[in-house]
Amino acid sequence: MTLRTDRVYPLVLPLLSLMGLLLLWELCGRLGLLNPLFFPVPSLILLRFIAMLADGEIQANLTITLFRLFTGFLLGTIPGILIGLLMGASEKIRLLLDPIVAATYPIPKLAIFPLLMIIFGIGEFSKIMAIAIGCFFIVLINAMAGVKNINKVYFDVAKNYGASKGQLFTRVILPASLPMIFTGIRLALGMSLIVVVGVEFVSANYGIGAIIWNGWETFEIEKLYVGIFLCAILGILFTVVLKRVEMRITPWFGHLAYRDQE
Amino acid sequence: MKLECRHLTKNFGEGEKETRIISDVSFEIKEGEFLCILGPSGCGKTTLLRIIAGLMEPTFGEVIFSGNKNSGPINSMVFQEHGVFPWMNVIDNVAFGLEMQGVPRKERYTQSLDFLKRVGLSKYAFRNPHELSVGMRQRIAIARAFVTNPAILLMDEPFGSLDAQTRLILQEELLKIWSEHKKTVIFVTHDIDEAILLGDRLLVMTSVPGRIKEIIAIGIDRPRDSRMESTPEFINMRLRIWNSIRSEVEKAMQEDTGDAEN
Repeated sequence: MTLRTDRVYPLVLPLLSLMGLLLLWELCGRLGLLNPLFFPVPSLILLRFIAMLADGEIQANLTITLFRLFTGFLLGTIPGILIGLLMGASEKIRLLLDPIVAATYPIPKLAIFPLLMIIFGIGEFSKIMAIAIGCFFIVLINAMAGVKNINKVYFDVAKNYGASKGQLFTRVILPASLPMIFTGIRLALGMSLIVVVGVEFVSANYGIGAIIWNGWETFEIEKLYVGIFLCAILGILFTVVLKRVEMRITPWFGHLAYRDQE
Repeated sequence: MKLECRHLTKNFGEGEKETRIISDVSFEIKEGEFLCILGPSGCGKTTLLRIIAGLMEPTFGEVIFSGNKNSGPINSMVFQEHGVFPWMNVIDNVAFGLEMQGVPRKERYTQSLDFLKRVGLSKYAFRNPHELSVGMRQRIAIARAFVTNPAILLMDEPFGSLDAQTRLILQEELLKIWSEHKKTVIFVTHDIDEAILLGDRLLVMTSVPGRIKEIIAIGIDRPRDSRMESTPEFINMRLRIWNSIRSEVEKAMQEDTGDAEN
């Protein structure tokens, strides 16, 4: 019995607060406490959402946004993780590349988007590259920190048992830095959502960002909200799915028994 | 295998900050002997063991191994913070040394399972270390060291972080496994009773810089177990050792307070 409530509460309570907020919003809107020009009631937004779903507008825009997002994400994270691990594992590589990373990392990724459009044209590739660059640095820095924070005793054990460089990498360095790599991936997914919407504001006819921007330009406030809600839903989905994967792959992380060691 | 340490000296730091941690340590250990190293905290016991393990180079002096070499590595070390990898299940942890030597999976699982039985963990073979207690993890580390069949087993306060009861049980387990295999063991500890219970000879070290103060033959008949701790010869030995080490502990404490005042 206790087991049941233990499992049900974490699902129900967060939903309850969300539903409550939406209900309050609806109520205040109906009572005329909110200006419908800025805050249309949720039911109207939902109606708009359903209409856009019916004529396929949502699907078309969501597909293109997700395509940009994931292509950019993969293009950025894979090299980012590899270079980050190498920089963490080798002092020489770190000394060589650190100045470049330190100099380019703080530039807001949207700031270089116009430059990317000049270089790659205004098609898909410039948008994908903007997302990739945003993800690249975040995962790189986290992967590097992941390696540098590995408890020294694991290196001692590997050395004592005669691990080769390759074995050290695949059996110790990579798995030991997985928790930090995941942190990087989580942040990178958030970043790609920000960047994809940003670049779609500026230069896209389709996509979630384009929906929002279009909503603003034509002053269709419900449409604008549909776009915002889509972003929120995507953000929540990413977090939930990643948490699941993380629990699968790094079950020891954050576990009390190992916390004092890591 | 026989081990000889000649004039081992180790300095840490450079220039003005250079400090000597161990100074002119020379001793021999015979094949199959159980040697304990006892000293106040910070006297360089771990440093000495790391030099013998080849994880660290001495500033002066040398470590010479001679005699029959068996199939396994020259030494395997059990670390103070056990160093059991949280990303591998129990049996892969135990088999890690064999894996590094290129032993095929089936073979290393058979051997590892045999040692897991001996430390009473065979039914946890496919569990993850974070699901087990600290004492169980330390047993994994011990099994991992034994299973590689090293010529010399190096143990750095392996039971230091355990509660008293678990420690007693593991000490007796270690004695049992050791008597079956007759390995050469060097065991670092700061616990006098542990040293008497386990060791053939006891090397007492001075406070930092660690030198050999004296080498005491324990001379209590084997097999031993924890019930012997109330026998007169055990108590006499404890007194004898305490008299030898007391001044060193006091010196070490004075150095500590001296540092605190600076």
